[in-house]
Amino acid sequence: MKIIVTVTPKKNVLDPQGAAVQHALESQDFPGLKAVHVGKIIELEIDEQGGAGWEERIDRICRDLLSNPVIEDYRWEKAS
Amino acid sequence: MKVGVLQFPGSNCDQDSLHAFATVLGVPARLVWHKEESLEGLDLVVVPGGFSYGDYLRCGAIARFSPVMKALKAYAGAGGMVMGICNGFQILCEAGLLPGALIRNDCLEFRCETVNLTLAARREAWQAPLGANPLRIPVAHGEGNYRIDHAGLAELEANDQILFRYADRPAAIERRGNPNGSLSDIAGICNREGTVIGMMPHPERAVESFHPSRDGLPILQTLLKLAGHR
Repeated sequence: MKIIVTVTPKKNVLDPQGAAVQHALESQDFPGLKAVHVGKIIELEIDEQGGAGWEERIDRICRDLLSNPVIEDYRWEKAS
Repeated sequence: MKVGVLQFPGSNCDQDSLHAFATVLGVPARLVWHKEESLEGLDLVVVPGGFSYGDYLRCGAIARFSPVMKALKAYAGAGGMVMGICNGFQILCEAGLLPGALIRNDCLEFRCETVNLTLAARREAWQAPLGANPLRIPVAHGEGNYRIDHAGLAELEANDQILFRYADRPAAIERRGNPNGSLSDIAGICNREGTVIGMMPHPERAVESFHPSRDGLPILQTLLKLAGHR
């Protein structure tokens, strides 16, 4: 199965990349733009028999390695 | 007195750090490969700058899982002196040995220049050798923008853990002294005990007469003094 992990900067943490992209979009005549946040997507391919507790294991690696909870939020979903 | 300089794949200030301690200051020093599992016999451990593991995922995120980091946590836990410089600072934050995190510079540029640094902490061990004069120390980083939440910043201030701040430049130069937009102009911090230190500027690149300054020397000498007092 494929798991898609999305990591984004926390809403209250400064996001210089998002701000730069926002400035660029504003110069492209893109009305109504309120905010831009730049994050990353990490795809995990896992055996179908992930074993019991695989969901907790994914949460753990998201917290421990794939994101830094000080500055980032994460969410994950099973890709169809 | 013996200094160890950690070496990860992608470290690139390891030799500079070794040179500063071994050759310039004449202290026995050795490189410690990241696969080593013991830091026994060392009085000071330097986590040097560079781009460990290509800075993939986040700066310092992958280095944190190297075997030597387990030893470093035990070493720091026992009160050992640790100095993280640039990528080393990022690694110490990722490893949870220092609070907060370092994100992309607000200007989005990689900044490679000499900055003015002031000692922010009232700690006696640092006040005596460094005093009130700004230090001229080089920086070279793209992600030195220190971030921590309000409660964390208040705690750093209450415990006198903000060691260095970027200082304003002379008025003739318009740009502010802070090269990366870090919160509260923070350039370097320490743990409560003052035994684990992290800073973005490179004191090991300010030790020779052909460097922009030799202001790194009193910083490194203070580390040695603190390490010797343990």
